[in-house]
Amino acid sequence: MGLRIPCPHCGLREYSEFGFGGEVRELESPDLERDFERVYLNDNAPGPQLERWFHAYGCRRWFTITRDTVTNQIVDSTESA
Amino acid sequence: MTGLLRGRNFLPLRDMKPSYDVVIIGGGVQGLSTAYYLAAHHGIKNIAVLERAYIGAGASGRNTQVVRSNYNTPETIPFYKESLQMYSTLAQELDFNLMFSNQGEIDLVHTDDSWRVENDKCLLNQRMGVNTRMLTPSEILEVCPHIDLSGGGKLPVIGASYHPPCSFVRHDSVVWGYASAAARLGVHIHEQTRVTGIETDGGTCRGVVTDRGPIAAGAVLSAVAGWSSEVAAMAGLKLPIVTHPLQAFVTEPVKPVISGLVCSFDAMLYISQTQRGELLAGAEILPYNTYSSRSGFDFIAECAARALMFLPLMGKARLMRQWTGLCDMTPDSSPILGESEVERFFLSAGMGTWGFKTAPVAGRSMAEHIATGKVPTVMKPFLPGRFRSDRMVPDAASAGTH
Repeated sequence: MGLRIPCPHCGLREYSEFGFGGEVRELESPDLERDFERVYLNDNAPGPQLERWFHAYGCRRWFTITRDTVTNQIVDSTESA
Repeated sequence: MTGLLRGRNFLPLRDMKPSYDVVIIGGGVQGLSTAYYLAAHHGIKNIAVLERAYIGAGASGRNTQVVRSNYNTPETIPFYKESLQMYSTLAQELDFNLMFSNQGEIDLVHTDDSWRVENDKCLLNQRMGVNTRMLTPSEILEVCPHIDLSGGGKLPVIGASYHPPCSFVRHDSVVWGYASAAARLGVHIHEQTRVTGIETDGGTCRGVVTDRGPIAAGAVLSAVAGWSSEVAAMAGLKLPIVTHPLQAFVTEPVKPVISGLVCSFDAMLYISQTQRGELLAGAEILPYNTYSSRSGFDFIAECAARALMFLPLMGKARLMRQWTGLCDMTPDSSPILGESEVERFFLSAGMGTWGFKTAPVAGRSMAEHIATGKVPTVMKPFLPGRFRSDRMVPDAASAGTH
């Protein structure tokens, strides 16, 4: 689909250079119930989605972008740990 | 042939009623087959199937053509085996030509590891009464003489698993066949009708809201393939589903050159020939989730290069058409079938890249489930609660791509 991902360090690159980390979710959960939700359940919603990418064939760093899942347009890109 | 000749007005236009016994969201193979079996087996005829575009517009009209039963787990094998058996006599039952033809499937093996995986699959299949066996390279050429066993010099073939029962079915005909048979039994099929909300009352589903007004219902089934998360969210539910696109392409039609389905899990590739003569190839799902069904040139370039490794003669055929379908992928690559946490709201979801193959058995099981409240044995492993109880049915290695 020719999707290009704006890496905050390397600029605009083909998606095939990246690993997709999925929609942003909690890193920790207070109880088992939330743990189940965190691991298994997805919003998978049409529209803007906050998501993680890993630049495997580039700077090898994780970052977060906002992408519209209907149009694939990238709204925002930020660096993150 | 009577089905095709009976004419084009097989979907009678009906007025929408304010209330139905069962409302089915989604006019694809799953929704229509469930509607048909509810009417044919359980005498429930006050049914509405609501489709926001036209029947078969979504994933049902965008998959390829393969039905098979060579799966990798003791839960999935009986399920798909029954489905394949039902497909083989479905044309007679629906009185509609589904262009069913038995073709066979070759899964090429390139490494010792994949040989072990395929061999294990054969042994499990044979144990459960499914005809799958290993082939040597020379036996592969007897079945399909045009395969380049050197893999274009890049990925040599050391053997294959062979599944003779694999068959091809025309997907649009399955949609039309179920739709016309259900309509003859009195099922209302409302196209161009979008569901905008689901009415619940104290944890029980009471009906749906559509852009043509509200409908009360005794039971609501969501059978919307790639859009399961969106419809479930209307009932306040979150699902273990992510929507990924899957692409395929066909060349111009040529004379019959390959028999059956040729695939390689190592190369993530499958090739078959349609009954119109087109060479059909496809690969794996894209790695990111999206609701866009736009196709891309990068897929064609990559997939065509892989196809030419094994079928060099394809290089002479011109590419005719490519398309994309949306797949709702589950963590274990098996469907989600059954009543949800909201009472009387049923899910026929998580149909990923394997939904078309399950249509007859999933529709029949779901119909029995909705009508009687019982869970048929073949459907039991696929209930929505399996993720919470840690009883997944992991089948990614055999359910993926085709």
